[in-house]
Amino acid sequence: MKHANSKIDYNDKVISIRDLKKAFDDYEVLRGVDLDLYRGENLVVLGRSGTGKSVLIKIISGLLKQDEGQVNVLGQNVNNLSARDLDKLRLKIGFSFQNSALYDSMTVQENLEFPLVRNSRDLSRKEIDRLVDMVLDAVGLSQTKDQMPSELSGGQRKRIGIARTLILKPDIMLYDEPTAGLDPITCIEINNLINEVQQRYNTSSIIITHDLTCARATGDRIVMLLDGQFQRQGTFEEVFNTDDERVKSFYNYNFID
Amino acid sequence: MGDQQKGADYTKTNKYVLSRRLDRVFFELYRIYTFITRFFKEVFMPPYEFKEIINQFYEVGARSLPLISLTGFIIGIVFTNQSRPSLSEFGATAWLPSLMSIAIVRALAPLVTAIIAAGRVGSNIGAELGSMKVTEQIDAMEVSATNPFKFLVVTRVLATTLMIPSLMMYTVFVALLGSYVNVNQHEQTSFVTFFVQVFDAISFLDVFSSVIKSFIFGFTIGMVGCYKGYHSSKGTEGVGKAANSSVVTAMFLIFIEELLSLQVINAIRAL
Repeated sequence: MKHANSKIDYNDKVISIRDLKKAFDDYEVLRGVDLDLYRGENLVVLGRSGTGKSVLIKIISGLLKQDEGQVNVLGQNVNNLSARDLDKLRLKIGFSFQNSALYDSMTVQENLEFPLVRNSRDLSRKEIDRLVDMVLDAVGLSQTKDQMPSELSGGQRKRIGIARTLILKPDIMLYDEPTAGLDPITCIEINNLINEVQQRYNTSSIIITHDLTCARATGDRIVMLLDGQFQRQGTFEEVFNTDDERVKSFYNYNFID
Repeated sequence: MGDQQKGADYTKTNKYVLSRRLDRVFFELYRIYTFITRFFKEVFMPPYEFKEIINQFYEVGARSLPLISLTGFIIGIVFTNQSRPSLSEFGATAWLPSLMSIAIVRALAPLVTAIIAAGRVGSNIGAELGSMKVTEQIDAMEVSATNPFKFLVVTRVLATTLMIPSLMMYTVFVALLGSYVNVNQHEQTSFVTFFVQVFDAISFLDVFSSVIKSFIFGFTIGMVGCYKGYHSSKGTEGVGKAANSSVVTAMFLIFIEELLSLQVINAIRAL
């Protein structure tokens, strides 16, 4: 279980969402979601598949547009931003995709360089190499620099995906199912890495998952998405200390204590 | 309940189905329009992805050379061989170089190059971008504040638009070489005599129109491949569909463009 985090600043909201609604055709995925993420906090969003967890972080990063509601990230309304301002904001948001989304045709080094050289064009070769080495070291994969993504294991791909976001030194990390499809040992390693990133880079994170071990290990606060709205929130114990059958069944089917 | 029943019935009426299909057609047309206009807007705007453009030039141009060489050379031999019997009936086999020159420069080379490129390059672009789309690699570029359209679409469309005319000129050369080999074998015509006849038969308009046509074909192949890949969905099945429809749609459009350009060029010739 995660130890209490004293670095959280409850006076500083890095993400603030109000009455967020999103539908795909006739299916309403998010039905009025309210959410605050505080500086330094790891917030876990739990929920079953197809409940709109990934949609939520895609809206936060500007990949999807909401139908209604307000999304403020680092004090800026995501919807009102021009393309250039949205790109500037995105430099402060790291997005770790469920399938890592590494560029297949590039080596690990090229994958890591990709966002860096395009957003800091005045960097020297030496400086780029130094930053690449630094993030590879942070995720413990210095030896994979010249490998292709297809040569990496699932856990290594996840780590490189996280390293690629860290290279831009983001304020906020968004993790989409960070432990999905991994073996239990690798899951623990990824959970530890998420906590290390929080400590080392002082990030605030939203972790989307349906893995309760991950939620318990990484979350300072947990919210549960049910029927398109956040129904429960608090610490792991507070969320699952309930008579709500939907929450209890989620616990029983997913977690062996 | 009554209203719900009424609503459910309405969705099955021909009028509703037709209107939904029309909606989809207009939405698709609008999406194509915005895709093309976005290309013209972004192609002139910095930053320029020079490294990726050179990489795509190599992919589209240099890597197509073996296939183009083989196909062009064989087409030259086969067409010359097939044309000989008809011409020999009139004792006009001496016109073979002129005939082949006109056929290759005006029609065969642009069309064959475009069709080969649609099959090799178009399907490759459709599949590559399609798989990048379904594995969220395009989203990953976007969230890292990189413009995926500029990196993926602009570079590939530029490469096909600029490389296909060059490949077409190369096809002309190898096809004429194939034709020469066949003519030399049967009529013992010398290299110089053959090529003097070849150049006598064609005009500036023939070459110019073929180059312009190839620019259009190249743009079409790149645009269609990128559009299909960029908008693919439904996992691996979508990738296959994107690759397939990139080829089919590009070929269909190439033939339509060939037909239209023929009318325009004939009208110019008649002036």
